[in-house]
Amino acid sequence: MRTTTPSQDFIRGIWDENPVLVQMLGLCPALAVTNSVKNALAMSAATFFVICCSSVLVSSCKRFIPNEVRISAYILVIATFVTLADMLLQAYAPVQHKELGAFMALIVVNCMILGRQEAFASKNNPFRSLLDAVGTGIGFTIALLMMGGFREILGTGAFLEYSLFGPNFEPWVIMVLPAGGFLTLGFILLAMGYAEHRKKANEIVNEQVKTAL
Amino acid sequence: MNDQTLFSIFFSAMVVNNFTLAMFLGLCPFMGVSARVETALRMGLANIFVLVLTALSVWVLNTYILETVPYLRIISFIIVIASLVQIVEMAVKKLSPTLFRQLGIFLPLMTTNCAILGLAIFQTNRGYGFLQGLTFAVGAGLGLTLALVLMASIRESLEFSDIPGIAKGTGLVLIIAGILSLAFMGFAGLL
Repeated sequence: MRTTTPSQDFIRGIWDENPVLVQMLGLCPALAVTNSVKNALAMSAATFFVICCSSVLVSSCKRFIPNEVRISAYILVIATFVTLADMLLQAYAPVQHKELGAFMALIVVNCMILGRQEAFASKNNPFRSLLDAVGTGIGFTIALLMMGGFREILGTGAFLEYSLFGPNFEPWVIMVLPAGGFLTLGFILLAMGYAEHRKKANEIVNEQVKTAL
Repeated sequence: MNDQTLFSIFFSAMVVNNFTLAMFLGLCPFMGVSARVETALRMGLANIFVLVLTALSVWVLNTYILETVPYLRIISFIIVIASLVQIVEMAVKKLSPTLFRQLGIFLPLMTTNCAILGLAIFQTNRGYGFLQGLTFAVGAGLGLTLALVLMASIRESLEFSDIPGIAKGTGLVLIIAGILSLAFMGFAGLL
């Protein structure tokens, strides 16, 4: 039925079908915890752990999960791994855990993770599900780091708390506030829309040049 | 226990820390159902209903069960919310088939709405009592409805304006949300 190769499973989630920037899944964490690069990293790491573990588990157990209760079963698997990730982060990085607060537990309702279980892991073998989960996780990390980078550099004039522009830089406080999250993602999407638009226009011009010749 | 007054909890949940515009909870319906004012209003009301039921059950869970097994918190919350949404869905289907048809897919999707689980977790972290939790739920629900209806009315009037091609779709909605969020920041000094 499907004709993708394992490498396509892996690559797809990173950019072409980026979960945040293209599919608009998992927006809550992407906006809420990206006011600094550090928080974005901690969030991506936790989400990465949860999506990989649950994809492998769901695809190995797919034979035992009845079709009628599959969504509840996936949610339970995800919730278990989120509890694990929550405890691990609390034990090894208590400061980050406090910063993320309730959003750590809210990984359970990240539609991106449930979406991958339903769309991929429930139909494929564990190895390919792992590849797909790793790709999607990397895509999520890229999107979060991009947002976190923009917001921290403009909002505080620093990257990973190292000052970039010296003391004369006037920080755009708005970027680290909630409104900055919406605006940053909005402008990234506009820029992507513009790039897409240019690409299409170029293709049309190339077509015309070819036919004229 | 928490000794905030009921009024400050209500007001904080509704405007100062608006769930959608200040805390990024419940963004999926905010993007998905905000094209028409009427549907937005109905979605908001359904949300208030589920939020209040969740607040009640979370209070019961916290008081009688989770004291001894705190590590089961996330799992038990999500199970309770999922079954609650299922029950509400069956009740609505039986009592008012018209409303059931109008809400469509968004009723079952409420299980994965971060606003609902978010409410449960904030309520636990802040140690709200019975009445406080109830007030918090009503305030948060009204806040969600307010944000949804505001967004829907802006989008309805945008429909006939001339928008550049690249800005059509989610990018524009996000920028409008950013401006709305800026406006809501004006309430920050009130409490």
